[in-house]
Amino acid sequence: MILRLQTTKVGKIRFASHRDIAKVWERSLRRAEIPLVYSEGFSPRPKIAFGLALPTGAESECEYLDFHLDDQKYETSNISSIPEVLTKVLPEGIAITGMVKMQSKYISLQQSVTSTVWEIQVKENIEVVNKWVNLVLNSKELIVERTRKGKKVVDDIRPYIREIELLESTLMKRPIIQAELKTQPRSLRPSEFLTSAEPNLTMVKLRRLKQFIDTGDNQIDPLDLGDCLDFDLELCSP
Amino acid sequence: MSSIWQTLEGYLDLVEKPARYIGLEQGAQTPSHKQSNVAWLLTYPDVYEVGLPNQGLQILYEILNESPIAEAERAYAPWVDLEEIMRRERIPLFSVDTHRPANEFDVIAFNLSSELVYTNLINCLDLAGVPVMSSDRDGKHPLIGAGGHCVYNPEPLADIVDFFALGDGEEVVSDITGVIHQFKSSKSVSQNRHELLLELSRIEGVYVPSMYESTYDMNGAQILKPINDEVPELIEKRTIIDLEEWPYPKEQLVPITEVVHDRLNVEVFRGCTRGCRFCQAGMITRPVRERSDEQVRTMIQSGLKRTGYDEVALTSLSTADYSGIKDVVEETVADPVNCGQVSISLPSLRVDAFTVDIAASIQNARRTGLTFAPEAGTWRMRQVINKLIREEDLYGAVESAFSQGWRRMKLYFLIGLPTETDEDTLGIARLAANCVAIGKRYTSAASVTVSVGGFVPKPFTPFQWFGQNTLEELNRKVHMLKDEVRKTKGVKLKWHDPKATLVEGILSRGDRRLGEVLKEVWSTGGTFQEWSEYFNLDLWISAMEKADLEYEWFAYRHRNVEEPLPWDHLDAGLYKDFLWQEWRDALEEKGLEDCRWTPCYDCGACTGYGLDHVVASTSPPVGGSQGTWQDLDNGSFAPQLLQISSKAR
Repeated sequence: MILRLQTTKVGKIRFASHRDIAKVWERSLRRAEIPLVYSEGFSPRPKIAFGLALPTGAESECEYLDFHLDDQKYETSNISSIPEVLTKVLPEGIAITGMVKMQSKYISLQQSVTSTVWEIQVKENIEVVNKWVNLVLNSKELIVERTRKGKKVVDDIRPYIREIELLESTLMKRPIIQAELKTQPRSLRPSEFLTSAEPNLTMVKLRRLKQFIDTGDNQIDPLDLGDCLDFDLELCSP
Repeated sequence: MSSIWQTLEGYLDLVEKPARYIGLEQGAQTPSHKQSNVAWLLTYPDVYEVGLPNQGLQILYEILNESPIAEAERAYAPWVDLEEIMRRERIPLFSVDTHRPANEFDVIAFNLSSELVYTNLINCLDLAGVPVMSSDRDGKHPLIGAGGHCVYNPEPLADIVDFFALGDGEEVVSDITGVIHQFKSSKSVSQNRHELLLELSRIEGVYVPSMYESTYDMNGAQILKPINDEVPELIEKRTIIDLEEWPYPKEQLVPITEVVHDRLNVEVFRGCTRGCRFCQAGMITRPVRERSDEQVRTMIQSGLKRTGYDEVALTSLSTADYSGIKDVVEETVADPVNCGQVSISLPSLRVDAFTVDIAASIQNARRTGLTFAPEAGTWRMRQVINKLIREEDLYGAVESAFSQGWRRMKLYFLIGLPTETDEDTLGIARLAANCVAIGKRYTSAASVTVSVGGFVPKPFTPFQWFGQNTLEELNRKVHMLKDEVRKTKGVKLKWHDPKATLVEGILSRGDRRLGEVLKEVWSTGGTFQEWSEYFNLDLWISAMEKADLEYEWFAYRHRNVEEPLPWDHLDAGLYKDFLWQEWRDALEEKGLEDCRWTPCYDCGACTGYGLDHVVASTSPPVGGSQGTWQDLDNGSFAPQLLQISSKAR
């Protein structure tokens, strides 16, 4: 059985890399005694699939992962206790915020997520940022140069920018850009986004707020693709 | 309690591997700072991923945090990128547990496992805002302590560190805590620092260098005298008698980010009686104290369950010698809870086919490399160092490994050993070539990596009187080996930089005068000296010159039996005349048996303490030239077939 989890990544743990977090999950599932299906071959690994990598240092309210539960070794009536059991073994800053059961045939997170919403705190003052946002929104194309596999590539990133909203942090009085950036056919990184117009903005803090799957007529959450499971989210607050 | 996290956080996006600085390990403690408690900052003076797995530090961390009057946090040396930011932004050295500044602790205690980290210790003090020289510190500064294998000659750091703890730390940390706690609650620590240090110097196993005055004899050898008769003349190392009473770490730290030895570690025994004459660890940790196999099994099972690791290492100086090895390994592998997904590693394999069979049975899941340590290339040389491995046993082990599917192995050797001839050095290449020849019978991809390190004589070993090979001599031997190894396809040579070996040699047997040298090297930028990209011999040479000291005198000179040694005031449990006899026997190429299963030869380790080797089983492990059938006479015999195949290469 394949289960999809939604989790947060906030606080100190934001400095752990995507790779580090993958290992944390592997060990946490083992500690929670949740048996997983293993891959075949010379070096069998538990089947866990992660969504789009979050840059090291960024926080998130919506990370996803899919794992293959070994139903032969697990009493399926206990499934609803999984979030609670996992919460006890996960490090501070990773909390489970949702869980669904996936259909046996499904598209991986990497392939299915089409856009993500970012909250980007920047250093520049609100006037500069306001001008910058308007410039970006009014541009027909935004050509950036980037290095890909050692080669310089020129790219128009304007089509990757779906929405931008400008807010002001109440606490720090720093401008916050909320931007929905597309992840297909490639992912536009927030750092790249900030270089899309002059002057390039300086990122202070980054947080992923949402991930969306575009179904053609709708923007849905990756959890919407699974079947709801009955469990008590209250028990998952650390 | 203050925390520098708010400030630090803003800079972590700018450094490499920021997860080094966040703590959050499973098992980490966040002590609530109690004013009357003795607060320890256990510091490993190297980067996080090297320091975190250190078991000694983790053991003390738990013991101290269990105490009602102590609390402990951990710190590691920040990497150069963060250090630059810390110096610029005035962020002090901090604990990773609660990000508390280092100078708010009562004690900053360092683990010293290599001489090359000494300048990092100094750097950590400086980053903590603590004066480097102990004479410049007063009551408002933390006490600076150190433990670990290097403190068997602590003299190079004698003017920097306030106290050293010799031997096993499990009991002595509580004794030290007790004394400091008493001072904290009854007297003012700040006004009675000297009194406190004096009191610490009277704890068994604690050496307070400022209580001793150094003089130098006409030959320049250091002699220490206690400043008064309240201070002990001889400081004996601490030894815990029953390892079983100390099943630590109970909650091994599981880091968020990748570290070296990233697995569950279970110490199966402490001490070693193989008697390899070059090996300091084997000498200073005697006697052998094994854990019962029940306890080992419990520690493995509960450890795996608690940590979520899928690999467990059974650690010791020679794990294949553990009396219960076979049963423990087999039961762990067979345990249905482990679902066939747990692998076991034995970090120190004995060179024989039997242990390879064990390795094969336990590495079914993921087969990693195999490493053997014959240490020397000829039987004559191995008799000198008392590493009595027969050539045929090595080939048996190698054959067994190749036949069971391994394609690569690593062989460890030392060069620059006492009495070494070029024939001995070249013997390394010959052994390696023969191993490849065996491997070729099983796979065309067979390869052997030969790793050579220059020998550094260490205190409290029979070789403590030996003058280390010069830099030029070690370089010559490395080149000679390089040329020889090139002749055989499939043999790769790796070597430890002889320049680093020289610095290790200076410090290993150095005296107090080297404190100035360390400070000079540090102040000219010489930190992270165990990292080849930062190691710089020139800094050391010029610092020695500036202090008017000859490095040749410290490293290259043979000592005679009358010469006072800088560690003569310390007692590692070994009789000096035993060590000297061993030195004479080494020169005569006479081996010595393992005393675990043969009669006692009175090295002093057991007798001095009224205890005995503690072994889980009274019968020795099966097989192997160093098991029951230790062969002191005939080890150079090599099977005929091999001689032919190696000629045919």
